[in-house]
Amino acid sequence: METRAEHLVPGTGQLWSYPLRAYEYWLRSYRRTWRGSVISSLVNPVLYLTALGVGLGSVMKRNGNALGVPYVDYVAPGMLGATCMQIASFESAYPIMAAIRWTRQFHAMLATPLRIRDVIVGHQLYVASRVAFVSAVYLGIIAAFGAVRSPMAIAAWPVAIILGLAFSAPVSAMAAWLQKDEGFNALFRFGVTPMFLFSGTFFPVTQLPHGFREIAYATPLWHAVDLMRHLTLGTATLWPALGHVAYLLAWFAAGMLLARRTYTNRLVT
Amino acid sequence: MSAGEALIHARGLTKRFGDLTAVDGIDFDVQRGEAFGFLGPNGAGKSSTMRMIGCVSPVTDGTLHVLGLDPARDGPQIRGRIGVVPQLDTLDNELTVRENLLIYGRYFGLSRRESRERADSLLEFVQLAERATDTVEPLSGGMKRRLTIARSLVNDPELMLLDEPTTGLDPQARHAVWDRLFRLKRQGVTLVLTTHYMDEAEQLCDRLVIMDRGKIAEEGSPLELIRRLSTREVVELRFPGDVPEVTPDVFDGRVARIEPLPDRLLLYTDDGDALVPRAHERLKPSSVLVRRSTLEDVFLRLTGRTLVD
Repeated sequence: METRAEHLVPGTGQLWSYPLRAYEYWLRSYRRTWRGSVISSLVNPVLYLTALGVGLGSVMKRNGNALGVPYVDYVAPGMLGATCMQIASFESAYPIMAAIRWTRQFHAMLATPLRIRDVIVGHQLYVASRVAFVSAVYLGIIAAFGAVRSPMAIAAWPVAIILGLAFSAPVSAMAAWLQKDEGFNALFRFGVTPMFLFSGTFFPVTQLPHGFREIAYATPLWHAVDLMRHLTLGTATLWPALGHVAYLLAWFAAGMLLARRTYTNRLVT
Repeated sequence: MSAGEALIHARGLTKRFGDLTAVDGIDFDVQRGEAFGFLGPNGAGKSSTMRMIGCVSPVTDGTLHVLGLDPARDGPQIRGRIGVVPQLDTLDNELTVRENLLIYGRYFGLSRRESRERADSLLEFVQLAERATDTVEPLSGGMKRRLTIARSLVNDPELMLLDEPTTGLDPQARHAVWDRLFRLKRQGVTLVLTTHYMDEAEQLCDRLVIMDRGKIAEEGSPLELIRRLSTREVVELRFPGDVPEVTPDVFDGRVARIEPLPDRLLLYTDDGDALVPRAHERLKPSSVLVRRSTLEDVFLRLTGRTLVD
């Protein structure tokens, strides 16, 4: 055996680094658009919190706010959760379909030592990083709006990341399964947008009629928002908090298992 | 891996997709340092075979060893030591030429510094150094192919798999690709390629198998196959109207075989020039061409069909 390629032969000892190699592709790809993306993640929270929190909030105050807290304090964690959901869903929809069908970058990765699980995990790491950055900025801006009432709020950060994963795993599984990108219209029309509006983001789920209320309780967004809201308001208690986190992790785990199947069916033929 | 063992060893190798058998129990060995070709028309099973060797497509049945390892178990190790030029480009069009190489080097676990050094020397090798900072999108087909070849070399592979390396390229771009492949061959890299171009197979391959409908029809060096399965020369006759029906006995034993094609008649003979006056006299063709036998003729003889329709 010649020795020239020896140093490149992957040993099992470095298997942990494989997902990071795939992760690096996404970071490099993100560098093309990072400026615009960073600016939106700074500007959007300010705009939303000003319009909804301060603007709408002052109207509500005058008419008697039944929420028990200023509206900006109520809506801020809701907006944070909704934003994380949207970013995680977008980053797992078209980019995954592109990597399979258009740029075919996943095929390129799989021709190297990387395996299906590395391809999946590398992308989830990237989405988690995106959500981590955006949610950290968002939490800072919420604090600047005076809408953080407890140091517990710091725990909303990991919850935001777990929320992102609870969406990115199943959405990327779906993206690998779909034949055409039209399928994403259904995802956003019947999944993401209704959740954005009705999962306790802007108003309590208890305002929904029976039937719809139960659906809202089943969404991962409601669990994340409810927990983050208790954390920023300082009213969180341990067991419900753990219940919410477990529910989000269950979505993530189920999404990963599904992704393993759909990626394999699409890429290993 | 023992010294005598082939770099690729396949016995009864089979690939099925549902009811379709794409590769039907083929046997072959590729030795270190040789340029080995799979020649055949589209749908012959060449790409499926390549994808199994490249450990991206599971073997349905039979035995396959690559670099002495088992693709089902040692996929990452094998892929770490081979270079793949897939039939469809998998370049990221929005990244730059150089970034495509850098990121690929990282997939193989090269350090950032190694990746940069490899990228720069490979861009020189495929004559794309001036385009290093351009995005891939506007590159010509030939340039993209050369970039894909450069990319497949980032891990300094012992074995290169090239699936139709020049399909869709113009003649000049094809020659540029062939030139790079010759250099690699001289450096001792084992090349395995598929093609449906007989000239490519004749140019590049030390040894090849002719595939048809998932099976290997024949095996040998290009010259050997031509000698064994065709005559030295071919007389091609074209006609103003329908191609006439003739049998070889019209030519007093000087024609070994006749192949009627829709637009012409091929006479297989050892001395084409000697046959021309007789052919003119007996068949009244509108044009006559004498040429050497090629792999195309071998393929025609084996399958009754032409390679490129």
